[in-house]
Amino acid sequence: MTPVQAVIAKELRGYFVSPIVYVVGAVFLLIFGLLSYLYIVFAGAQAMQLMQMQGGMAQINLNDLVFRNLFASMRFILLIILPILTMRLFAEERKLRTFEFLMTSPIGINEIVAGKFVSVLLIYLSLLGLTGLVPAVLMLFSDFDWNPILTGYLGMALLGALFLSVGVFASALTENQIVAAFVSFGILLTVWLISGLGTLLGDTTAGHIISYVSFMEHYDHLVRGLIDTSDLVYFGSSLILMLFLSHRVVESARWK
Amino acid sequence: MIDVQNITKRYGHHTAIDRVTFSVAKGEVLAFLGPNGAGKTTTMRILTCFMHATEGTARVAGFDCADQPLEVKRRIGYLPETPPVYQELTVTEYLTFVGRLRGMVGRNLTSALDQSIGRLELASVRHRLIGNLSRGYRQRVGLAQALLHDPPVLILDEPTVGLDPKQIIEIRELIKSLAGSHSVILSTHILPEATAVCQRVVIISEGRIVAEDTPEQLSARLRQSEKISITLKAPPVDCEAKLRAIAGILNIFPGQTTGNFIIECVLGRDLRDEIARVVVSNHWGLLELRTISMTLEDVFLQLTRHEEGMPQSAETSARSTSDRAEITQETAS
Repeated sequence: MTPVQAVIAKELRGYFVSPIVYVVGAVFLLIFGLLSYLYIVFAGAQAMQLMQMQGGMAQINLNDLVFRNLFASMRFILLIILPILTMRLFAEERKLRTFEFLMTSPIGINEIVAGKFVSVLLIYLSLLGLTGLVPAVLMLFSDFDWNPILTGYLGMALLGALFLSVGVFASALTENQIVAAFVSFGILLTVWLISGLGTLLGDTTAGHIISYVSFMEHYDHLVRGLIDTSDLVYFGSSLILMLFLSHRVVESARWK
Repeated sequence: MIDVQNITKRYGHHTAIDRVTFSVAKGEVLAFLGPNGAGKTTTMRILTCFMHATEGTARVAGFDCADQPLEVKRRIGYLPETPPVYQELTVTEYLTFVGRLRGMVGRNLTSALDQSIGRLELASVRHRLIGNLSRGYRQRVGLAQALLHDPPVLILDEPTVGLDPKQIIEIRELIKSLAGSHSVILSTHILPEATAVCQRVVIISEGRIVAEDTPEQLSARLRQSEKISITLKAPPVDCEAKLRAIAGILNIFPGQTTGNFIIECVLGRDLRDEIARVVVSNHWGLLELRTISMTLEDVFLQLTRHEEGMPQSAETSARSTSDRAEITQETAS
């Protein structure tokens, strides 16, 4: 087992020993299930209306009525839930004075940051995997196109990974977990809101730049079933940037 | 093995350590003494590559702490002030994690694990969560962590804090057994500990090294007078005056108990014989007569207080000397 794998294993163990994963996981799955239920009921009501108007079997599009709405709503849920998962990563080490031990172990800071990020990413991806039950069950009773759902899941995975990297960065800044969670809320909400500014500025250079910086547009493309290289580049590069910044913050402890 | 040249660390305008220079040979045990905030921990943190020095160079096993931190870290076992343990892991899981971080695998790791668990007598708690262990056990787990990969250099920040007297003696024996094969730096507040385990002592105060020598040499160097303690069964009022008549006696102070006196004599002369003669011929009833050697505590106080510009008065010095002499004797017994 390499040092990075050792860090990942230790973090995973830490998550499962504490109640965080169980609470966050339960809330996440409950909300996902509830939202799916509401959108399906809503789609059913619309189908009934259509049947009454047309007087026959109506074709309703589950992709449009259920999954697109579901994925769009999940943005907000991820924004609230993921900072709770990441807040402990570095803050707890600082608080419990194990940070010094980690920093004096023969392992690079990049390996520490990578190990911690991968551990929380694995937890998030497994939670996301569990939500796959919803489309799987729906498939038994209905017919829909799987491709936009898969790109939607890809979007949720990438968006979640980005949120987690922001959370890792925020956690590296402080020894207080609450502060770490709020800093990541703050950063994510700000980036979310500036997308509104981008729409407002419209077809100008500033407008394009702001829209590109915010994750909203890139996520929307994936939810709509569109895989664009520029979106993938956006998620990849911003994730690496956040992890690089985390590395710098951790490294800066040496100079304090 | 460890070579520190003129390291300075500044936090803003505050200078934590100021041009500290010392070295530790292979197999040597060095004690770092100093009051709180003197810069002991800062020096240790620089040596373990936790932080960089503002100026100066520190080298461990020939590797520079600033330029080759990974090489340095591989050769160091470090026990910080607070034992760096993860409460959610069991002792075995924790030590396995530590071993893996240091690149140990397979049989290598298992045997190192068993060895350090055995050395620190952790076998009875090896499957318990560290969070449920007492302070003493956590401290020992911290030490097991530092010793796990059998590093040539050990840096221990107050290794016996939180341990009971029996464990303290065991850990001291352990550190002594490491001397010769390992270079050890340990910081401590407990001065008999430094006398007990270390070949050399560095006294640091306000970020500067104020003395560096063997414990015996230090006390010899700083002694300004010989001190003798006597206890009399029936001391008359004029006994002090009669004792003062002996040539070479500088001062007499009343001691802690009735009938006890501390006699200060000229450096280099042993007046016990003359004192005994006077006491016996006067029938004062001699119960006890002994010399008081300057303990490391006195050296430490003298050096660090002097730094603060507060020279001790002769009397308090004598009193504290007698107090400490007793404490040291108790500890030794």
